[in-house]
Amino acid sequence: MNHTNTISSDSNDRVDGRDKVTGTAKYTAEIPLSNLVYGVLVGSTIAKGAIKKIDTSEAEKAAGVISVITHKNSTKLFGLKKSKTAKKLDLGLRVFHSKDIVFNGQPIALVVADRLEQAQYAASLVKCTYEQAPHTTDFGAHLDQARPSSSKWLSDTKRGDVTAWSNAPFKVDQAYSTPQEVHNPMEMHSTTAIWEGDEKLTVYDKNHAVQDIRDILAKALKLEKEQVIVNSEFIGGGFGSGLRVWPHTFAAIIAAKMLKRPVKVSVTRPQMFTMTGYRPATAQKVSIGATKDGKIVGIKHEAIGQTSEYEEFAESVTGITKMLYACPNLETNYKVLPLTYSTPIWMRAPGEATGSFALETALDELAYSLNMDPVQLRKKNYAETHPDDNKPWSSNHLTECLIKAARQFDWDARKPEPRSSSDRDWWVGTGMAVGSWSAWRAPATARAVLDSKGNLLIQSATSDMGPGTSTTMVKIASDASGIPMGKIRFELGKSNLPPSPGQGGSVTVASVGSAVYDICNEIKQKLLDIAVETLGETYKEAKIDDVFLINGKMGIKGKPASLVTFADLMEKKNITEVEATKTSSSGEEGGKYAFYSFGAHFAEVYVHKYTGAVRVTRFVSCVDAGRIINNKTASSQISGAVVMGIGMALMEEQHMDHQHGRLVANDFVGYHIPVQADVPNIEVIFVDKADPYLNKMGAKGLGEIGLIGAAAAIGNAVFHATGKRVRNLPITPDKLI
Amino acid sequence: MKLFQYHRPTDTQSALDLFQKNEGAQYIAGATNLLDLMKKDIVAPDHLIDISRLPLNNIQNGPLGVTIGALALNSDVAIHQIITQQYPLIAQALLAGASPQLRNMATVGGNILQRTRCPYFYDIAMPCNKRQPGSGCGAKEGFNRMSAIFGASEDCVAVHPSDLCVALAALDATITVKSAKQERIIDFKDFHRLPGNTPEKDNILEKGELITSITIPKNNFAKYHNYLKVRDRASYAFALVSVAVAFEIKDSVILDARIALGGVAHKPWRAYEAEAYLKGKSDSENSFKAAAALVVKEAKPLTHNAFKVKMAEQTVLAAMLAMFN
Repeated sequence: MNHTNTISSDSNDRVDGRDKVTGTAKYTAEIPLSNLVYGVLVGSTIAKGAIKKIDTSEAEKAAGVISVITHKNSTKLFGLKKSKTAKKLDLGLRVFHSKDIVFNGQPIALVVADRLEQAQYAASLVKCTYEQAPHTTDFGAHLDQARPSSSKWLSDTKRGDVTAWSNAPFKVDQAYSTPQEVHNPMEMHSTTAIWEGDEKLTVYDKNHAVQDIRDILAKALKLEKEQVIVNSEFIGGGFGSGLRVWPHTFAAIIAAKMLKRPVKVSVTRPQMFTMTGYRPATAQKVSIGATKDGKIVGIKHEAIGQTSEYEEFAESVTGITKMLYACPNLETNYKVLPLTYSTPIWMRAPGEATGSFALETALDELAYSLNMDPVQLRKKNYAETHPDDNKPWSSNHLTECLIKAARQFDWDARKPEPRSSSDRDWWVGTGMAVGSWSAWRAPATARAVLDSKGNLLIQSATSDMGPGTSTTMVKIASDASGIPMGKIRFELGKSNLPPSPGQGGSVTVASVGSAVYDICNEIKQKLLDIAVETLGETYKEAKIDDVFLINGKMGIKGKPASLVTFADLMEKKNITEVEATKTSSSGEEGGKYAFYSFGAHFAEVYVHKYTGAVRVTRFVSCVDAGRIINNKTASSQISGAVVMGIGMALMEEQHMDHQHGRLVANDFVGYHIPVQADVPNIEVIFVDKADPYLNKMGAKGLGEIGLIGAAAAIGNAVFHATGKRVRNLPITPDKLI
Repeated sequence: MKLFQYHRPTDTQSALDLFQKNEGAQYIAGATNLLDLMKKDIVAPDHLIDISRLPLNNIQNGPLGVTIGALALNSDVAIHQIITQQYPLIAQALLAGASPQLRNMATVGGNILQRTRCPYFYDIAMPCNKRQPGSGCGAKEGFNRMSAIFGASEDCVAVHPSDLCVALAALDATITVKSAKQERIIDFKDFHRLPGNTPEKDNILEKGELITSITIPKNNFAKYHNYLKVRDRASYAFALVSVAVAFEIKDSVILDARIALGGVAHKPWRAYEAEAYLKGKSDSENSFKAAAALVVKEAKPLTHNAFKVKMAEQTVLAAMLAMFN
């Protein structure tokens, strides 16, 4: 692939960092709007059944209340009118469209008032009685009721002799489970809806897929896409929860339509647990067989994931098992278990995060049964090509990840025996695991405008949920064009900008970055075209690779006399700016190679001998994500994912009261995520070698890869420390005493 | 949250009078617990009497011991020289609780009066006899991983969440309370209650009474003491089990022993039988092991918290052994 300009891996501060820390950046719920009123959602207190009677009279009488919207008086939206069980994710809950209750905490009323506090108080006055129906919420108790997923791409896999694992001399055959986890980004979800007549809707909505959200809304409202504008410029974290339309968004749209004025609906922290998705619980079985020298001969990976009764959510829990290790014989299957609860949604590294915990814990168990070093076991089973179809990897530096991380960690000094090391009252252990994530690329379009002063504006409807996309795009544009970062502005988060995929699946840099890279060359080409046309002899033979931009000027390499200012060039054509729009997508190489990012994680833990408390004391991750665009934000991405891995390994778990079919402790008192004291120094290493095929920058995605395998590495370290194998996350102290 | 009237007296008598005069009044100081309860519609006072300006934040040594004003901030107490030198167990327990931001707001009096963190108490859609007498106990047959293993009743299995109170219980503190009529002194061990069939009452404080100070008697525990808290993460979490131990040991003979536990009962739980057993025994691991076993002898776990029995025993043992580190 043609590398006109190379991308450096420098560390750059965030272009919007100052705005974010000074409060200048306005997040969704902060955007000042006139004539705005506030809606507060009331949730159901039963899990399943129907509303018998809803009494809003007290709430309506409360100070400042404008309206109370329920299924009885709600305007009905085109797409939400039909109510049936969906075989895949569709428009979600039919909020206020029927009396049916399908999960506990389901919105049953929206109280709208002049002020937020008035709406909050009045919401507490809404009374509701129900006809109750039996609910099913206990995942572990109903595994026998799981059914095959209707998702074709997750269909069961059989490769070679599926019984091979069971006939091997060394075997692991164990069950693993991971609990329901909740995204819990720092910024809570919020939507403000503004109608202009019945024809035009603008929403400020916390999401990280403005055009996907726009498309869903247009479908639900039976409007053209152009009639709906979705804005989400600054985002305080998302992890996947901002990839679809949630009930509060429809509630805001309904209320704004009925009241003919802007309505804002923000969810509370407890509502973040019930209304905006979560990572489904899984129950898994992994069976692996290997020869005496550690060669894997067969794997079987079975998984059941949780979904709701009104939609099917499915994810690739067994996907990683199909490709990570060379193995001729394989069987995977994946089922879903519908529970009386809201629909799950993609949460960082969906499928792989939980699947890798089972697979990589099983690998560790296999290493112990073989009496083999777990790093060696992985190297031994390195897949030279994708095991499913033998496609060559576009790039695969997993072995280098293992070598670099092991060296940094000083892995070779490890005594392999469990309980072989202690420090005062603590057992000390180390463990490792690896991970991979498919490196995708989707079509993306960018528009660029260069003015005569050398300011470059680039636009694309992507999002920045926190990874530093704005910064990365400015960096790519600067490297590709030669224009300094300070003169470049990247505009995102608005649905009427040029098309871009939503921010999910680690696709943004590979997709939107390519569009940014290409549009910079397009702008350069346009400048060159003007020069060739208007400057005569000097530029006559010049090609795009010969010219460079510097300090508001264009020039030909090795010809100082060729330098010409943008202003002079534009004046020749009597224009004040140069503008271009271009769509970038992968070419035929997309079908020829298997594209993946890889990572290796090494963890050290201390486990208290008496209390079972676990502390992660060291963590080293080495990641192959192709060429790194910006070391600083890339390292932060991996560190943040490792923190999430610590949470997944040691504490994150949403509890449910099955008698009431209702979440318990759905707040930050009861649902623990790591605090500073839980997080050690995390050392992040990048292989930093360009992928030759995925895109011109050579970058592969790195949003998910830092999490995949992280929890297994910690669990494996806990086993090494204590000799106890905890196969059911999280590894809380009670499981170790 | 319901609308309320806000009062801010500057002397104790005015605060007591305001309480008498206003039906539905409640005192508020650091607001680190009450505000949450109000926002969640668990309590809805008509009048808030902000006592944070009352002159009740002194920490001073007297003939009987140290007296800490009820409005002294947790963060101030934890670093006060008298506390760190003569009552270090108090500082240790304080620093094991909450976060620096909360400790900067929270007062000692408020800490003693904080409500349980049982999730059923916090969700008004769930039954909870403590919040709404007669509605039932959701935790007993529901999610009770955090619930009590000692002293629970049919009506309530909630635990007291404080760390400071575990240390205060171990050190036999006293609480001075004032009402418009009188001042009285309550032994710490008698202040908090077991739930019985009136779990809505956390303590024996009467309506309108205000905690003015806490006194910790002089002791010889500065050398051998420990506060060990077990929780689901390294900081900023309520205890699964916490243990305060304080010992007076001479020539390897235990002269006095105090053992109190948090996160296991409706009140800070003193292990009197284990304490009595240890007096006169040698400071050997065997003595400690036997005492730790006695601590949990009467434990009655529920469906999800059986682990607390072993955890309590082992944490008591670990806390005692670590005194000598």
